[in-house]
Amino acid sequence: MSKPSDLVQGTLDMLILKILALEPLNGWAITQRLKQISSAVLGVSDGSLYPALHKLERLGWIRSSWKASENNRRAKFYSLTRLGRKQLERQTANWNRLSAAISGIVKLKEA
Amino acid sequence: MNMDIEQWFYSLPVRFRSFLPRNQVDQEMEAELREHLVQQISENIAKGMSPQEARRSAVLSLGGITQIEQECRDARGGSILDDFIQDLRYGFRQLWRSPGFSVLAILCLTLGIGANAAVFSWMEGILFRPYPAIAHQDRLFALAGTARGDHEPTALSWPDFQDLRRTCTLCEDSFVSKITGSTLSIGDHAETATGSIVSANYFDAIGVHPILGRGFEPGEDLGSNSHPVVVISYQLWRNRYKGDPEIIGKTQRFNNVLHTIIGVAPEGFYGTFVGWAMQFWVPASMEETFESGGYKLEDRDARWIESYVWLKPWIGREQAQQEVSAIAGRLAASYPATNRGRSIGLWALWQTPFNNAGSLLPTLEVMVAVVALVLLIACANVGNLLLLRSFTRRHELSVRLAIGASRLRLLKQLLTEGLLLAALGTAGGLLLAYWCRHALRLLLPSRSGISMYLPGQLDARVMALGAGVCLIVTLIVGLIPAFHTRNLDLAGPLKAEFSGVVGPRGRAWMRSGLVVFQVSLSFVLLVGAALLLESLQKIRNANPGFTTTSVVTTRVSLVASGYDVPRAKIFQDELIDRLKTVPGVESAAFARLTPLGYGTFSSTPIAVDGYQPSLEEQPSVDYNQVGPGYFGTLGIPLLSGREFTRTDDENAPLVAIVNRTMVARYWAGQDPIGRRLQVKGQWARVVGVAADSEYESLRETPKPFFYVPLRQDFVRGPVLHIRTRQPLTSMLATLIREVHALDENLALYEMVTLQEQVNRSTSPQLVAVTLVSILGGLALALAAVGLYGVMSYAVAQSSRELGLRMALGARSDNLLRLVLSRGLRLTSAGVLFGAGVAFAMTRLLGRLLYNVSPHDPVPFGSALVVMTVTAISACLLPAWRAARTDPARVLRN
Repeated sequence: MSKPSDLVQGTLDMLILKILALEPLNGWAITQRLKQISSAVLGVSDGSLYPALHKLERLGWIRSSWKASENNRRAKFYSLTRLGRKQLERQTANWNRLSAAISGIVKLKEA
Repeated sequence: MNMDIEQWFYSLPVRFRSFLPRNQVDQEMEAELREHLVQQISENIAKGMSPQEARRSAVLSLGGITQIEQECRDARGGSILDDFIQDLRYGFRQLWRSPGFSVLAILCLTLGIGANAAVFSWMEGILFRPYPAIAHQDRLFALAGTARGDHEPTALSWPDFQDLRRTCTLCEDSFVSKITGSTLSIGDHAETATGSIVSANYFDAIGVHPILGRGFEPGEDLGSNSHPVVVISYQLWRNRYKGDPEIIGKTQRFNNVLHTIIGVAPEGFYGTFVGWAMQFWVPASMEETFESGGYKLEDRDARWIESYVWLKPWIGREQAQQEVSAIAGRLAASYPATNRGRSIGLWALWQTPFNNAGSLLPTLEVMVAVVALVLLIACANVGNLLLLRSFTRRHELSVRLAIGASRLRLLKQLLTEGLLLAALGTAGGLLLAYWCRHALRLLLPSRSGISMYLPGQLDARVMALGAGVCLIVTLIVGLIPAFHTRNLDLAGPLKAEFSGVVGPRGRAWMRSGLVVFQVSLSFVLLVGAALLLESLQKIRNANPGFTTTSVVTTRVSLVASGYDVPRAKIFQDELIDRLKTVPGVESAAFARLTPLGYGTFSSTPIAVDGYQPSLEEQPSVDYNQVGPGYFGTLGIPLLSGREFTRTDDENAPLVAIVNRTMVARYWAGQDPIGRRLQVKGQWARVVGVAADSEYESLRETPKPFFYVPLRQDFVRGPVLHIRTRQPLTSMLATLIREVHALDENLALYEMVTLQEQVNRSTSPQLVAVTLVSILGGLALALAAVGLYGVMSYAVAQSSRELGLRMALGARSDNLLRLVLSRGLRLTSAGVLFGAGVAFAMTRLLGRLLYNVSPHDPVPFGSALVVMTVTAISACLLPAWRAARTDPARVLRN
């Protein structure tokens, strides 16, 4: 339950948006998806997901609604808003620029 | 920017959910986390853990649930509703803690807002939406005739109205509703009742359906006295017929003509005449029974009806007026003998020329300005109180800032407290307005037989206005202390503030500013009240051109008692003869109408030998039918020629007496005695010239007017004028005795002195004076409270300075003078400013002032005296307290 590092803090939002861009999911399913993708590297605890979801909802990037889950239980599903989709595009572009720049710098040092 | 708006839009759901009680949001959050645990546990079990182990592991991997919930809550931001409720509770506690302050503040706002709501409810109920039972009042307009060269609108003739009604394409529907009166005798009790002569479509057009029986049927407004049917009001049915359920089909005498009661109007329907409640309605075919002048439904020259028209939706008055004027133009071309130079006008309901709306309009207009000033004064007062209190709350606010409250949050709280005060004030104000909704009636003189009906209307629009005022007050009242705390620094409470009695230092300028503001606004109201008072005195003492003292007037119920013309003539002569022998009675005379009474003089087209009217002009002049001795009885001087005598009767040649203005206009000022005047197509010879006098209003400018002998243009129910040395009550008893000696069955109408009649004609002025005086007094009291508050506070704050001064040798009277002079300096600043504002604003009173310049120095002077005396009284107590400062005790502290 340690606080995720700054890197994770910044990228967790983007990861959630990315996951939700594929399909609306409930909290539990998002944690599972996160684990599948990257939990080993990023070490996102289950507990830190929910405040992040609520924050994104407040920002208007995702919205929530109560629906029946796969096993017919009521669960809160999150989906991306149009604003969230734009945000994801922007963050992905930023990330690509940033990571390209950083990998350039890293390569520069090696040379 | 665009992004921001979009973000705002998408975050709306969360914001709205923040309005929900915290419980519900929490419950959802808890359910969400529980769902997560359930899934985790079932997966753990699937992995082969025991149920206990599965649960433990799941809780561990999620982390502390309470903590996550709190983090989620923080992530969502605070609930707007929760903050608001918290602020509200806190605000209530604050009000509760200082009840004196709270009561005073709420009382100020109640009076300020109540005065506004009351005046607006009057405007709504009397001017803008006067007929609550009628749909589409916003499209309803009054119709009246206009004549070239005449400023006063005239009535319409029935044929003109029918033509307009048939040809107007922009008009949706229209109806006639002409006020009339009747003697109503039920059993052995007789009294007068007001009613309306209406077109047959009246009840269908306005959408009012009788609760018993029916309204009028098409065609019932045709013919001469052909449909003696009547619809009575609910009140009349209840009070006079004791709610008789079998009333329909029964008969009742109105003006001695038997009418069949065909309907009872619903409760709360008072007809369509602003000011008075109608008690019965008869179709236009019965007009001869109620109106003098015979059968008029086919007479284009008889202008007597009052009517209304609905325009079609989305048609503006201007547009409709063009069409109506065009129709009137065609009528003038087709019927030049009667309609030359005449047109027809549309008036908004609040300007209706033929009911009390017109006479109350100027008063209510002024009232709007006056109550706005009172509200500003009340706000300034409350603002001042809040400022004083915010000093005592500096500590609390600083502490809250110090422990991390945001300034926005503090502002929200101050605004919430302002809202609380404003809402309580508004609630009180609306209640006050509700109580006062019939108050206007109390200010107007009552007349027997007429039930006044001037209701305020607290409808949605007035409520909305109240809410708007409440919001503005909230902002003013909440922002004044907020402005004051804007540069509140954390070290503030640690620093001692020195504020002197002598002059404002630092932030005290704002309090002083508010007091100056209050004083100046109250000064404006005082000047207004003084101007109106002076004007009322002048108008009450004005010379109307006839004697008002020692002349009484009344009417005898000849028409109602079924007298025909010959009998009425004999009765009138006999009564005058008998009265002449009564001790104390100097003279007596009948006349169709009495000057400045209720009722409008007839106007008739005239022609004058030697006067050539221009092509467009159709000379028409008001006239009165008067009996022998009329001029002597009323004390109207005859400038030349003679009075009418008994011999000027129906067998004698026609004669007329003209007034001085008429001589100037139609005979170029030359002596008209012996010249000819054509009245209603017949030539009469002028036998006298009377001095000008006032006829319908004290405010009218001299106008042409002439008199004809009553016998030569007879009416059965004229007004009796008696010049007498007897007081009113004994004169009344005498007259009743004399009348009954002639006929036991006759009854008298109300008897009043001419002075009383003149006073009644100036009732709008009286209403204005009363209202402005009440509100001016209120404003003065509020300003005095404000001044007192500021001075008391200044004295309390500077007790150390005062003590020091005393210790250094100042005497009590020095301190007394010190405080008083400070108070007077504030007052003079306010008076100076207020005098400037008053100088610019009193022109608004124009229409209410009579022979008083809006810049008359006398009212300004009296307002100054009143203001100064009030200011000194308000400052006396604080000054006295200052003078009693005990230096030893103050300095020890």
